[in-house]
Amino acid sequence: MTTLKIQLQFGGGAELLFDKIKKREVELPSLKKYFPESQKEKWTIKELLVWMKDNLLMERPELFVQGDSVRPGILVLINDADWELYGELSYEVQENDVIMFISTLHGG
Amino acid sequence: MPAVPCKTGCGKNAMLKRPKTGDALCKECFFWAFETEIHFTITKGELFKPGDSVAVAASGGKDSTVLAHVLKTLNNRYNYGLDLMLLSIDEGITGYRDDSLETVKRNRDDYEMNLKILSYKDLYGWTMDEIVAQIGRKNNCTFCGVFRRQALDRGAAMLNVKCIATGHNADDIAETVLMNVLRGDIARLKRCTAITTGSEGTIPRVKPLKYTYEKEIVMYAHYKKLVYFSTECVFAPNAYRGHARALLKDLEKIRPSCIMDIIYSGETLSVKEEVSMPTLRVCSRCKFVSSQEVCKACVLLEGLNKGLPKLGIGKSSKAKKMLEEYNAKQKAEIDKLNYEFKKNNCVSKGKICKSKCNNVSNGKNDECNDNNCKCSTELNLPVNPKINKLLEEYGLLDDNQEQSLNQDLTKNGNSGLEENTCAGACGGIDGFSIAF
Repeated sequence: MTTLKIQLQFGGGAELLFDKIKKREVELPSLKKYFPESQKEKWTIKELLVWMKDNLLMERPELFVQGDSVRPGILVLINDADWELYGELSYEVQENDVIMFISTLHGG
Repeated sequence: MPAVPCKTGCGKNAMLKRPKTGDALCKECFFWAFETEIHFTITKGELFKPGDSVAVAASGGKDSTVLAHVLKTLNNRYNYGLDLMLLSIDEGITGYRDDSLETVKRNRDDYEMNLKILSYKDLYGWTMDEIVAQIGRKNNCTFCGVFRRQALDRGAAMLNVKCIATGHNADDIAETVLMNVLRGDIARLKRCTAITTGSEGTIPRVKPLKYTYEKEIVMYAHYKKLVYFSTECVFAPNAYRGHARALLKDLEKIRPSCIMDIIYSGETLSVKEEVSMPTLRVCSRCKFVSSQEVCKACVLLEGLNKGLPKLGIGKSSKAKKMLEEYNAKQKAEIDKLNYEFKKNNCVSKGKICKSKCNNVSNGKNDECNDNNCKCSTELNLPVNPKINKLLEEYGLLDDNQEQSLNQDLTKNGNSGLEENTCAGACGGIDGFSIAF
């Protein structure tokens, strides 16, 4: 099992929850290593959110995640396209994917 | 997962699912639908007339940035003949507004529009930072909202524009409907969905993005690479509104049409005739529109300037009590001063005895006369010459009107918080959406 390299991007204020860094390259470990119990073979957005919460989100996780999804009002883009077109949490993350999180909840 | 084709049949892959219609569209078709819907909202609502000058209320945030961009685009595309300019309010919040104003300045350059920035400091003599230092972080949003509302009106008057366009989006309006229900504010509930607000004698405000979803505004800004500012205000957010907002977002996730449905409910509801509504009139001090004899901004400002920052917060009965206490205290001070004066001065034939005066003064002021002595008995309020000049300019003469204010407050039982929501008569309009 190899690792999975992807890029994470944050905008619209979501970056404020991630050390104000708007772009970061991350390498996900093999899914089996991180979730030994998982029946799945591949990373989906659902597991990615757990990994982000564990590894990147330092404070106030409730501003980013709610239940096992993102907090309503945070948009998720997979390679610049709306995740609602790609199965949302069940989307299987591919090598070199760019996953972007944009908050609609900040300012006006 | 396979790519989804654009619903229009243009042959491209869809990039987003529209919350309003559920359609999957490519970028270009989304831009077209997004802009055309706003164009329809503008024409159907008759928001502008050819030749109008329009001030776009610009905060540097996503909504006003997209509004400025779309209005410029539509003005060119459909020959509205509008003279567009940007109007920003500098509340004086360090680390928030100073940064966002930089974004507005970029909008000014990008869209080639004139920009006018008005500050609370110049208008009222106080920055929000200074107000928060007085009032704390609990009620500061009341000050900010009330002052901003009036500041926009003043700015628009200075720019001599026909109307002010604000960036309120569909989610904002639905949230306001919900908030007014939750607060039992029937007067605002009735008028908050109006697309054009403002009564006679005021500069109307229009909301071209009234039927535009927040998600689409953010996606539009992202795909068009518009630069906007997205830091939350550094002062504590309104917790009650926050809950309403979270509820709405949760509901929207399950059923996106709830936003339009709530707006529709707000537009079509009718209020029983026997429910009394506050009548709009002109503030006796600043001559701006108010639902009270003295408007909220003037009461708040008076509170700040008298060292009673809580004056305009909460029920008017409380404000009345505060002013009574303040007046009683002032009267006691005056009585004391008068007593001291009598003790130290002999008054003969209606004139003050000069010789006695010289005794108490240390030789410096040997021309103690009527005027000088009178001065010492007047209220000793901190005076800011800039404020006085502005107060005068705006007809806000601060000549001890506590007495009349007391009466006004008694007359008008409810305090009528003037928030920066919306005002005016409801003119329901159906939303327009492009479906394929």
